[in-house]
Formats: sequence, C-alpha cells, structure tokens
Amino acid sequence: MGSRASTLLREEEIEEIKKETGFSHSQITRLYSRFTSLDKGENGTLSREDFQRIPELAINPLGDRIINAFFPEGEDQVNFRGFMRTLAHFRPIEDNEKNKNATTSEPLNSRTNKLLFAFRLYDLDRDDKISRDELLQVLRMMVGVNISDEQLGSIADRTIQEADTNGDNSISFNEFIKVLEKVDVEQKMSIRFLH
Amino acid sequence: MDDRSAYPEAGKSNLPVFTMDYLRIQIPFEITLWVLLASFAKIGFNVYHKITVWVPETCLLISIGLIVGGIMHSVHEEPPAVLSSNVFFLYMLPPIVLDSGYFLPTRPFFENVGTVLWFAVVGTLWNSIGIGMSLFAICQIEAFGLQDLNLQENLLFATIISAVDPVAVLSVFEDVSVNEQLYIVVFGECLFNDAVTVVLYNMFSFVADMPVVEPVDVFLGVARFFVVGLGGMGFGILFGFVAAFTTRFTSKVREIEPLFIFMYSYLAYLVAELFAISSIMAIVTCALTMKYYVEENVSQRSCTTIRHVVKMLGSMSETLIFFFLGVVTITTDHEWNWAYILFTLLFAFVWRGLGVLVLTQIINPFRTIPFNMKDQFGLAYGGLRGAISFALAFTLPDTIGRKPLFVTATIVIILFTVFVQGISIRPLIEFINVRRTNRNLDTINVEIHCRLMEHTIAGIEDLCGQWSHFYWKDKFMKFNNRILRRILIRDSRAESSIVALYKKLELQNAMEILDTVSGDISAAPSIVSLNEEKKTSAKPKRKFLAADLRNMHNILSKNMYKIRQRTVAFTGKHSLPNDTHSREILIRRHASIRRSLRPGSFQTSVVPKSHKYFSLPAGKSLDSNFLPPEQLSHLDAQETMSEVAFPSRRSRFGKPTRSSSKAMMPLRRLDTLKEAPSVDALDKDRPEDGRTRPGMSRINSSYSDSRVPASRRHFSSSSENDNEEEQPQLSSPPPGWAAEPSDSSTQNPLLRRPQWNPKKM
Repeated sequence: MGSRASTLLREEEIEEIKKETGFSHSQITRLYSRFTSLDKGENGTLSREDFQRIPELAINPLGDRIINAFFPEGEDQVNFRGFMRTLAHFRPIEDNEKNKNATTSEPLNSRTNKLLFAFRLYDLDRDDKISRDELLQVLRMMVGVNISDEQLGSIADRTIQEADTNGDNSISFNEFIKVLEKVDVEQKMSIRFLH
Repeated sequence: MDDRSAYPEAGKSNLPVFTMDYLRIQIPFEITLWVLLASFAKIGFNVYHKITVWVPETCLLISIGLIVGGIMHSVHEEPPAVLSSNVFFLYMLPPIVLDSGYFLPTRPFFENVGTVLWFAVVGTLWNSIGIGMSLFAICQIEAFGLQDLNLQENLLFATIISAVDPVAVLSVFEDVSVNEQLYIVVFGECLFNDAVTVVLYNMFSFVADMPVVEPVDVFLGVARFFVVGLGGMGFGILFGFVAAFTTRFTSKVREIEPLFIFMYSYLAYLVAELFAISSIMAIVTCALTMKYYVEENVSQRSCTTIRHVVKMLGSMSETLIFFFLGVVTITTDHEWNWAYILFTLLFAFVWRGLGVLVLTQIINPFRTIPFNMKDQFGLAYGGLRGAISFALAFTLPDTIGRKPLFVTATIVIILFTVFVQGISIRPLIEFINVRRTNRNLDTINVEIHCRLMEHTIAGIEDLCGQWSHFYWKDKFMKFNNRILRRILIRDSRAESSIVALYKKLELQNAMEILDTVSGDISAAPSIVSLNEEKKTSAKPKRKFLAADLRNMHNILSKNMYKIRQRTVAFTGKHSLPNDTHSREILIRRHASIRRSLRPGSFQTSVVPKSHKYFSLPAGKSLDSNFLPPEQLSHLDAQETMSEVAFPSRRSRFGKPTRSSSKAMMPLRRLDTLKEAPSVDALDKDRPEDGRTRPGMSRINSSYSDSRVPASRRHFSSSSENDNEEEQPQLSSPPPGWAAEPSDSSTQNPLLRRPQWNPKKM
C-alpha cells in the first residue's frame, strides 16, 4: 500500500508538507494513499463528488459543511497539499508544541485554528460573524424533525444571547472563543492519525 | 385419547358422526402448542413494556419455562426431549445462527475480524484450559468428594461452559445498546468460538476415555482445529457462492426465491455436521457470502420476505430454546455438589475477566480503536452462557460417571449468567457511562458547539478512512467487481440505473412523507427566516427563564443527532435494521441540493411548497427524451431547465408500485437505504460504480463522474448535447444550505440521469 503511493509523491513534497502541517512521513504517505483512493479520476485533485462518495459523510449531519471546508473560496478542486492543510487542523497538539511559541505563524493545529475551523463551519459567508440564521441552519442540520421552528428559534436566540457581548446579535470569532474557553477544544478537535 | 367411546357397543356399527384421533396428530400438534405457548409468553412481556426494560426477555422466558416445567413435573409428564437430543442441534439452532449471520453488520465485522478471531480462538482456549485446570485442582481437595473426576473430564466440562452463547448475548446486548465495536467483537466471538468448542469437545471426550494423554493427541487436536475452522468457513463460502449463482437464474420463479436461501444455508449446516466440522461457522459464512450477491439478484419482495422469515425463524427458535431451558431445568435429574458448582461459577467469572484483560492488552496495539476499560468490562461481563452449553452438556457421553453433576453445574452457570449478569449489565453499563461523561450543563453554546465538533471529528475520521484497512478491501473490491460480480450477479451492467432509479424513488417517497409530516422543514426555515430577519432588525432581547434553559437543554440532548460512535448502533436483534436518522439527514440533503439547483429561488422571499413537486416546461424536447408521455402532464411550465433532472425524476416516480413492477432487478438495493449504513461493507465501498451507497449525493456523484465506467457511457453520450443548453443560473452560492451542489458539474450528471428508461426492464 505504501510503496505504490509514495512513488507518486515526491520526497520534496513530503518534506514540505511535513514542515507545513507537522504530520510525520508515514502519516503523510498513508493519507496520500487515501487521497488517491478517493480520487477516482486520478487527476491529482479531489472534487466535491469524490468526497460525497464516502458513505458516512453522507449521513453525517454536517457532511456537506465539512466537505466544503476543504475547498478554498470559490474553488472546486482540492489537491493533496490543500487536503493535508485542512487535515492538519485536526492533528493533536503535542506537548512539545505547546511550549513552542517561537514560531512566527501559529501551527495549523493550534487551539485558535481549531476553533476557527469550527467557526467557519457555521459562518458560510465568511463575514466573521455567526448570524442568527447561520446558527439556525446548522442547528436544523443537527437536530431531528421533532423540533419545531419556534423551539429552534428560541434555542438560537438563547445561544446568541449567551455569547454576544457587543450587542450586534451575532457571534463574532472572539465571542466564540470566549464561550468555549472552558472546553477542552484541543482534545475534542483532534484525531489520532494512524501511521 | 380413547376414542372408543365414540363407537357404540360391539355388534352395531353405525357411522360415527364424531371421532377423534389424537395419536395421529400428536407430534405436530404438540409442537404447535409449545410454539404458541412460548409466543404468547413473548406477547405477554411486551405488553407491559416496563418489564422488558429491566429484565431481558430471555430471563422472562426462562422463568415462564420454569413455571411450566414445575407444572409438568408435578403432574409427572415428561417434556418433549427438545434440548437433549438432535432436535436442538438440527432444528433449533440453525435458524438462530442464520438470523445472526444474515444480519451481521459486515463492515464492522471485517474491520474487526482479527480481534474477533483472536478472542474466539485464543479466548476460548484460555477459558477452557484455565477453568479446567482450576477445577481439577479443586477436585484434588478431598473434602469435596470429587476425586473421581479426572483431568480430561474437567477439561471437557470446562470446554462446555466456556463457550459464550450468541443467543443469550445478543438478547441482552440489544437492550443495553453498547457501541458497535464491542457488540461486533462479542457477537463475533460467540459465533466463531464454535470451531474451538467443537474441536476441544471432541478431543476431550475422545480422550476422556483414555487414561493417558499423549503429545500426539494434542498435535492432532491442533490440526483438527484448522480442519474444523477452515472447513466450516470453506463450506460456508462454497454454499454461499452456489446460492448466489443459483439466484442469478431465478428471475422467472420469483415465488420460490427465498427458498433457495434457506435451503442452501441449511444444507451448509447439515453438510458441516456430516463431517463433524463447525456447522455454526459454516452457516454464518454462508449467510455472509450469500447475502451480498443474492440481494442484488433477487426481487424486492423476495428480499423482504427473506429478511422477515429469517427474523421470524430466529426469533421463534430463540424463544423456544429459552423456554425449554426453563422447563427442562425442573424436570432433569440433578446432582448437587456445592463446592463444585460454586467454584465453577467463580472460576468461570475470574477466568473470563482475566482472559479479556490479558487478550485485550495484547491485541490493543493492533487495533485502530483500542478497547478502553469500559469496553473490556462489557466484554468480560457480557460473556453469557446459554443453550448451546446446555445441549452440549446433555449430549455428553454417558460413560462419564458424574454426568448429572455436570448437567446441573451447566444449568446453574447458564441461569446465573443469564439472570444475574443479564439483568445487571444494563444498569452497570449505564452507571459507568454516566460516570465517564461530563455532563456540562452550563451553557447552550457549549452543548451545541461541542456537538458540532464531535460531528466534525466523526466526519473527518470517516474521510480519512481511519478504520478501514482499505488496501485489502480495495483489492477485494476490484476482484469482486471484475470477476465475482460477473459470475454471480444477474445483470451487473444495468443495475446501476435501476438501482439509482429505485433509490430515488424511495427517497422521493420518504420525502413526501416527511413533507406531509413536518410541514415546513424542507421549505428552508433558514431562507424564510433569512428574509424575515433582515426585515426585523431590531428585535427586543428575549428573556429566558431558567425553566426555558432547562427545556432547551432537554430538547437538544434528546433531539440532536448522536455522533457516529465509530459506527452507528448495531441493529437490534428483534427488529429489522432501522435508520430513520440517516434518512432524515439524507432527505434534507436531497432537499437542499434540489433547492440549490433551483435558480432564483433564493432571491424570491416566498418559497412555495409546490416547487418541490417540480415542474418542467411542457414543450421542451429534453423532457420528451426523458419522460414517458403520460407523465409530462404533471409538469407545469414555470421552472427552468436546470430542474429538469430532479423534477423529471420526481414526477416519474409518482407511481411507485408500477415502477417497481417494471424494474424487476436490483430492487432490493433500496434496502440498503433503509439499513443502518454499516450493514454492507461490500456494498458501500464501490467507488467505481458509485451507485450502491445510500444518499442522494452519491447518486449525483456517480453521474457527475466523467470517468464513468464503460457500462454507463452509453447513457451519458446521448445527453452530451443537452448539457450545453443548461447552464446553472445561480448567481451566488445559496446562503442557505449546503453550498456544494451549486457548481455546474453536478448539473450535468443530473441531466444525464433521466436517460434511463424504466421501460427497458
């Protein structure tokens, strides 16, 4: 499995991805073989349909949003670099990285970036605010059919009320961070990537 | 019954008006009565639901059996020799095992096959030898009066009681709803430890007669194990393939299609019994292999019939078995020896716990999802013994002197595990669960956002294919597609269209139901509220009382979709697979995809519900290519061409029953929609065909795929010219739902889709 994949992925690329995302060599090759197995057209990029072919994503309430997060603004194809860049958000924060604050830019899997990923799942129009309707949309996706719109509306109102500190009736990113300050986001938004 | 009373005195011989001949019908009559009695008991429990919540049905059945047994004993009637003879192994066990094997969630099973086999083989060995040795040590103590039990007999007994029983386990686990990993490992272990049990049983019973055991025998035992295990699987696979191949030709004899399934599985079982190899493994592998191909070849009705009959037979068998377990408990001869029995209980428990602990430690590094302590507890505690142990005890050779003691001890263990462990496992697991999760009830925000994050993580994990050894699966899939499917499936070429057609049909129906039930959901509350919100900018802040907050927490916790705990909860034993949540999600996605394709719908503030029912300009030529003329009348002339695909498909399926009669072939594909997604591994992971997965998006993607396999190219070519006409007219990605489907690439496939023609079938 590994050997076939790595012949198509050059060593320099692996090194670059490693530096950018922090994944290990074996993790990158493994994810590359996953990438190629998803890439039916074998053109080195994934389209939305390739993602939608994954059965579990279709029944994930947020499946479409998650898929969308892989594609940069307005683009329909994602290459392996972009794929890894998005996945890098979910790398667990290792202890040695917690202490490393000398880097100029934050690593992709920092707490802030993880929160930003979650924030962007709500905020489709990228105006850096979660409006009431964006919140309602996500809520509607996450609940079953038994909740009426009024109930959902009040839940959304309450949510905004709890978080909103500057009175603009929407949740900004900083308010979002504040609301989740007690939550162990590093653990919740991390997955153990296999080698 | 004495029917002489019906006859007049000797000498006269008038025509008897009313006669009775009980002896003639005695056997079937009694069988029917017993079955009915057990089934009434089952109805009885389920009437009062509260009981079954706390006490598993098996316990109740045994209790009723005990009562009936008591009655029979007091009137000195002998119960039918059901559990103590061939009847059990030949008639009562196969349906249950077939039920278990047929509804085995294949994907998790194959993902965990290593663990399953590890626990089944090594675990059973560990248990048997451990318990046997310990009991032998106890027997050495003179005070207990057990000197005459030698090592072989102890080992034999230990083998019998270390076999974890699928029937008992499943019945209990279903109520507890553990996570699927745990379920599949315990379940798989039950099914597959049969091979080890058979070998050990044979070996020890053979050896129990002999005073001395030689190393050669041990070696032969190992060899025999491989024969038994692999032979069982081999026969199963063989019969599975033969069954699949047969169903390829049964399109003209739809009525007896289910019969083939049952006959072949039963045949596999019997042939395995003939060669004294593991019949349970044979029938399970047969069901596993067969299911995938057969469900493609067979008609929709046959598929449903098969499932229902399998469930019914399994359920009936299980009911009867436990019932008779209770009855026979009272009526057999018992020999009680406090020491032996109590130590047996103790050792069974201890060795299982130890075994699970040690084995998990060894296998955990190899697992993608390691077992935590909670899982291990479930594994250890969930090892219930059941009727198989009992039947094995009963069929012990009579040359063993203390056979009644063994029988008694077996019954005690079974009753103990089923009652004590069965009843207590649920509260214990809930207790542990509750202790582990932090119920953080402070803010709604936290609850919602945490759920969002959990869903995201589940999605990303799925995306990365974290727990599928996809290399081997890909290889198998390729082999499957190229060779096996050609041979075993009737017409693997055209199925894609029919399958997708049927799937859409189902989705459409489901959507209609959903729409009528829940009003505006698909009318995009977000869109409506989007417009409303923009108008009402200054809303006064609402006050939320603490009661409101509690209500909200309740509503959210009850109604938010659960995270895919590695995989969805397993299908319950007594019901066919159910996935309403998945369907709701899929339906919503479908609705959002549809809506996003409708140009201009986001600019208008009013979203009439009737838009769902589509429209096409009646005169467009594109329609006439796609639609049978009678359905053009459904269409009205308002929408644009970009809706052609969906609307046409939708209106086409206004008459589901008719289409189903036309589309004869891979109709059962629909069931994959209804089933929990984890049911068919092989089904799901066929990206090349891209057709068998539930979900609209996949239907989309399978058609948007420009590298569509050759089989479908003839569909796409004719519609190439049509694609240029329709360009998506969406000005911006709809702020509403899923943004993805708005790109043009999905337009084309949707348009391409209507090419197939149900009439072709």
